[in-house]
Amino acid sequence: MFRIKRIAAVAVGTLLIAGHALAADKKVVAVSIPAADHGWTAGIVYHAQAAAKEINAAFPNVEVIVKTSPSATAQVSALEDLSARRKLDALVILPHTSEELTTPVKAVKDAGTFITVVDRGLNDPTIQDLYVAGDNIAVGRNTAKFMIDKLGGKGNLVVLRGIPTVIDDERIKGFQDTIKGTSLKILDIQYANWNSDEAFKLMQDYLAKYPQIDAVWANDDDMLLGVLEAVKQSGRKDIKLALGGNGMKDIVKKVIDGDAMTPVETPYPPAMIKTAIYMTVANLIGQAPVRGTVKLDAPLITRENAKEYYFPDSPF
Amino acid sequence: MTVITGSTPLRPEREWSIGWTDVGPFLALLALLLIGFLINPDFLSATNLGNVITRSAFIAIIAVGATFVISSGGLDLSVGSMAAFITGVTIMFMNAMAPDWGVLAIPAGMAIAVAIGLACGLLNGVIVTVGKIEPFIATLGTMGIFRALITYMSDGGTIPIDRSLRDAYRPVYFGTVGGIPYPILISIAVAALASFVLYKMKYGRKCAAVGANEDVARYSGISIIKTRTIAYAIQGACVAVAAICYVPRLGAATPTTGVLWELQVITAVVIGGTALRGGKGHVWGTVAGAVILELIANLMVLSDFVSEYLVAGVQGVIIIIAMLIQRFSK
Repeated sequence: MFRIKRIAAVAVGTLLIAGHALAADKKVVAVSIPAADHGWTAGIVYHAQAAAKEINAAFPNVEVIVKTSPSATAQVSALEDLSARRKLDALVILPHTSEELTTPVKAVKDAGTFITVVDRGLNDPTIQDLYVAGDNIAVGRNTAKFMIDKLGGKGNLVVLRGIPTVIDDERIKGFQDTIKGTSLKILDIQYANWNSDEAFKLMQDYLAKYPQIDAVWANDDDMLLGVLEAVKQSGRKDIKLALGGNGMKDIVKKVIDGDAMTPVETPYPPAMIKTAIYMTVANLIGQAPVRGTVKLDAPLITRENAKEYYFPDSPF
Repeated sequence: MTVITGSTPLRPEREWSIGWTDVGPFLALLALLLIGFLINPDFLSATNLGNVITRSAFIAIIAVGATFVISSGGLDLSVGSMAAFITGVTIMFMNAMAPDWGVLAIPAGMAIAVAIGLACGLLNGVIVTVGKIEPFIATLGTMGIFRALITYMSDGGTIPIDRSLRDAYRPVYFGTVGGIPYPILISIAVAALASFVLYKMKYGRKCAAVGANEDVARYSGISIIKTRTIAYAIQGACVAVAAICYVPRLGAATPTTGVLWELQVITAVVIGGTALRGGKGHVWGTVAGAVILELIANLMVLSDFVSEYLVAGVQGVIIIIAMLIQRFSK
């Protein structure tokens, strides 16, 4: 009786070791991202899953696991689960919040995992091996530059801003700094919380308040959709430009179609998660050095290059 | 719990004295219009008022339903998520029917919306009454469920309406009859119907009785379960009507559609003079409350002296002051 138990134990042990050895052949890349709760995060989930599928098909010895979490707390738990089950060779993370995720990511790092941080930085930048982010200041700056050119350096603007966060502040700052010194005048600037409905209402109010508006800037495409409806309803002809930002497919489509009011777009593309995953795998498989900081620029999307930024299957 | 208190006692029917609770909201509305005009004369322009009242229609229509729920002693936190969910399902049905049915997909989709609204409301009602779960908790649960469903259906992105239906449906929000936008007419019709049910039909009195004192109502032979469940079903139907008016505005449902509408709805009902703990409902007050909320937001943008950072705070202060004026002017 006792012997059978021992044999069984040995057998199970051997299996476990064999199983472990099998798993160890594969390099594991965990991707931890927020769950899709609005357009931009939906894009993140779409592109992360696309990258995982492509890489898993292309490299049989790499396994990319995508895990979405609806909150910072859930993301901390997800990290613990991911790292408890198996050894992670790399972790690509878009943290919900910098504060709450810093310590848990550090713990994963201490176990010898390569860390790639995307978009939102951690409180301690020494934890990350690779940092990939967009440039929010450039989003504001490049939009402003285009407006200055197009309007000949003068005109009345109204601006819709998002939710009070660093992202929003940077975009607004990039915009305001660029139009400083020109005769472009910001008549009004209010929060519309990156929400189409609130943007619709706010734009109606702007239209009621100001008889002459030359251009509108909504610092996100969800809001731009509301703005365009309000302008359409008013029947006003004074608005020459209505620009957004982020790279939503509906707006990129407008650029492709040569829309007069929205001829350009500035990307803050959720596809940046794909950049981060591919670079991380390049380091793991191809020994390509990637440690450092990658700041994606926000080049103007125009009719010529819009195809590069158009993802008709993405939810965003 | 057994003591009947409250600022809104059931009055005998023949008494014609109009209390402050009835006129209060309308006086507040008038005061707001006056202040608005002094701040910026554009405020009273037909276009601006038309815009503001039109967009307050969603909250007004949902809040009329909430007047039933709150009057009967319940609460529904799920209305915002439910509006988003119904919007999403309606658009999906309309899109699916569009190739075969053409423009007829729109009325068919509307009928489906109302059916789903009734079902959602009934679900809330049954959980609260038969399941005997506190309304706050029960509807907090369904609020999460409806929000998750719309997020799931849209993959976190948007569910846009079919392009072939877009232009045909657009007038339901943007069109007018005799210069009055459809959403305003629809909310007036909903409120008129609701006030008939609440003040002229037996059910309305049962509703107020259940809300004012459950035990007394039960001893008088009123079915608490039936009365409250019907109130939630009415709420669901109202949410569906609001969703029908909402779809043509932006032509899409997203996971952020209707976020925090529940709080605006409850605020509108309370500003309108209905007590949060139940009792007599004030349908027209509720409508005034919804318009007041939207006017305050509008005024914040049209005036120049509130920093964009303080808008929400000033709105809060105005709401509290409006309530205090009502309370002490009695």
